[in-house]
Amino acid sequence: MFVRSELSDWSKPMKKTLRLIAAILVVGAITFWAAAGANHGWTKTHIPKKIVDETTGLEGVQWQDKFVPGVDFLAVAGLGAGILAGISMFFRTKSK
Amino acid sequence: MKTKLTILFLVTVASVVLAAPQSFDFKDPKGINNAGFKLDAPLEAINGSASGVSGVVTFDPGDPGATKGKIIVATGSLMLSNPMQRTHMLSDKWLDATRFPEISFESKAFKNVQTAGDTTTADVTGTFTLKGVSKELTVPVKLTYLKDKLGDRLPNQKGDLLVIRANFIIKRSDFNINPGQFEDKVADTIELNLSIAGASPK
Repeated sequence: MFVRSELSDWSKPMKKTLRLIAAILVVGAITFWAAAGANHGWTKTHIPKKIVDETTGLEGVQWQDKFVPGVDFLAVAGLGAGILAGISMFFRTKSK
Repeated sequence: MKTKLTILFLVTVASVVLAAPQSFDFKDPKGINNAGFKLDAPLEAINGSASGVSGVVTFDPGDPGATKGKIIVATGSLMLSNPMQRTHMLSDKWLDATRFPEISFESKAFKNVQTAGDTTTADVTGTFTLKGVSKELTVPVKLTYLKDKLGDRLPNQKGDLLVIRANFIIKRSDFNINPGQFEDKVADTIELNLSIAGASPK
């Protein structure tokens, strides 16, 4: 009885915390993704920058380090949130 | 008579000297020379470029059709925006950059040569080598000879520039790059474009 009471004491807050973290993860990921340009392609860590050589007229490409989240970034965040939400289901709260 | 023969001799020598083939080095200290590539894929097209361009081309302004040379692209210099895609591309399952560090095109013959001013267009037949497989290709090219312009590009140097532009298509299956596989994810057709400038210092 004592043990069960202890378990149910932290089970409800734990469940809520996990679901809250999952929600923050999803909302945060979507917000970050949208703010970074809502890239509908794959996540990028380098972006090409065109440079023009005035003498020859050639357009060269310089690769710059830049993180641009893509749909795979959203998928990973969604998966993480799903796992956390799934774990939260194992914490049963005793209904009075 | 003697004077006329002397003049004729001097004119002949001058024409030979002035129209002598020049050697152009395509290793670019400014890092602008690049080879671009594009393939279709379901989510977004795969667009990349390679900056590790080198090679030597011999070009005669008086006889552009006699141009010969070899352009090399370092396989490891191929870049993509997504790091995982790049890792896969260079791996032994695709380009195998470790075993095949160079992609090259060596010209054999120029046909349909047309020159207007400093610009020459032609169809170049040569050997294209990718992942250790060599195939003969005919590629349309545009050559622009820029006399005495090396100093504009690289201060304290004198010489000429030769700009080569080319756009052509290859199939990865022709070069043993997962032939017949993953075509729903990575197209068989690859568009290549070359924008390079070579220097001939004096």
